[in-house]
Amino acid sequence: MAKEVVRLDDIWVHYDSIPVLEGINLSVEPNNFLGIIGPNGGGKTTLLKVILGLIKPARGKVSVMGQSPERGRKFIGYISQYNLFDHDFPISVLDVVLMGRYSKAGLGRRYSEEDKRIANEVLKTVGMLDYKDRQVGKLSGGEQQRVFIARALVTDPKLLLLDEPTASIDPNMQAEFYELIDNLKQRMAIIMVSHDISAVSIYVDQIACLNRQLFYHGSKEVSAEALEKTYRCPIQLIAHGVVPHRVLREH
Amino acid sequence: MLEVLQYEFMRNALIAGLLAAIACGIVGVYVVVKRVVFISGGIAHASFGGIGLGYFLGINPILGAMFFTIASALGMGLVTKRMRLPEDTAIGILWAMGMALGIIFISLTPGYAPDLFSYLFGNILTVPAFDLMLMLILDVIIITLVLLFYKEFLLLSFDEEFSTIAGVPTERLYLLLLCMIALTVVVLIRVVGIILVIALLTIPAALARQFTHSLKKMMLLSILAGAVFTFSGLWLSYLLDLASGATIILVGGIVLSISFGVSKLRHKSKGYNHQSHNTA
Repeated sequence: MAKEVVRLDDIWVHYDSIPVLEGINLSVEPNNFLGIIGPNGGGKTTLLKVILGLIKPARGKVSVMGQSPERGRKFIGYISQYNLFDHDFPISVLDVVLMGRYSKAGLGRRYSEEDKRIANEVLKTVGMLDYKDRQVGKLSGGEQQRVFIARALVTDPKLLLLDEPTASIDPNMQAEFYELIDNLKQRMAIIMVSHDISAVSIYVDQIACLNRQLFYHGSKEVSAEALEKTYRCPIQLIAHGVVPHRVLREH
Repeated sequence: MLEVLQYEFMRNALIAGLLAAIACGIVGVYVVVKRVVFISGGIAHASFGGIGLGYFLGINPILGAMFFTIASALGMGLVTKRMRLPEDTAIGILWAMGMALGIIFISLTPGYAPDLFSYLFGNILTVPAFDLMLMLILDVIIITLVLLFYKEFLLLSFDEEFSTIAGVPTERLYLLLLCMIALTVVVLIRVVGIILVIALLTIPAALARQFTHSLKKMMLLSILAGAVFTFSGLWLSYLLDLASGATIILVGGIVLSISFGVSKLRHKSKGYNHQSHNTA
């Protein structure tokens, strides 16, 4: 059996005394693409931060590549929820991507020619090489996102964490984005969280629903009851539009 | 104009202005892009406690300020990062406590504090040789730290969360950055005074930011801007017989306003051209 990339055993997290995650068990193997859906406030971002070791669970064990999250996070590429950075920040696309090479370069050392070569290569992969000298804040949402994907990829991660990746890009860019992610699937495990059910259904291998507790399905087929349990409301309320037939047991 | 250069106090003033421009040009860029203006203001004002301590202990007040300011920068950094107080609340409290300590120390010191006023409002014309030497050493320390940790400070300023994940010792480097701000404050006290330091930390960097999106170029431009402001402010204050520190700040503020005004006008006319092009 292939070694697990991430394993969570009975994870509990509280903010003050309010429970955010309750007894989460999760296991992701190499080349898995796991989609996690759930309502806002359901603990999706918290779960990713637990995997990154940014939030310490009150109880339970996290392992990333068989190590503690602090030691294992060098194998993780992380793309956070919104582009919350200061859009006036004086920094070029190439300099943002080079940040991803920090763990290879280390404290007080300059980025090597190798680092720069890899950064350029990955920028080419995401189709942003022509923009490498541009200021990041002046790009469109979709372009910025590709830059942050490039920053996550230059470490050659074994696991990619995506937090609401489609929130900041317009709908016609989303197809392009998923194609890019689909290509990465062969090289790494991916966990993507989203409150948008339609966003995760097409390309993922497995779906889990998260609302404090994780309902792990292990396959693409999620029953209406499971969704109702997760969202704690009739699913028509949250899944209006063209969404449900992809997720429900149709195939 | 050149004949004033034969006076030693004028030469010292120019050297002090240049040393101040270097420190505020480099560190001010971080203050502006990382948006730590308020904590920098807190560090600057708390340094008054160190001036008071210097008087009280009978040592050079600027040395007192140096140690006290570094200690209060570390204190503010740790309190804002670790205590469960909103950051701006904590800064506001420590800001005033530093000043209060200064007042207590000075009132405990027998006799009259002779050049207290010049620490508060700066007097570039009376910088003693020892203080010039200290300013030079602090500049060298600041430049060395930035050369060593340029990429770490960039990561930290741009995206603290990512820098933690990437393995940068984020908290320690943030504290180091605050210490650099403290050193810069000490360099600037003699030139513009505690009350006006924050303007010299922000105006040159804010001006430089309008012309480049490279952090390195921003630093160089802002050193240049700082030097131009201190020299022209000094010259104007000499001509018009005004307070030097305040004149330097006002020159900077006016140039920055003009620059913003011009760029806004240019933006508008561009937008107008664009529109007329579309309708044509």
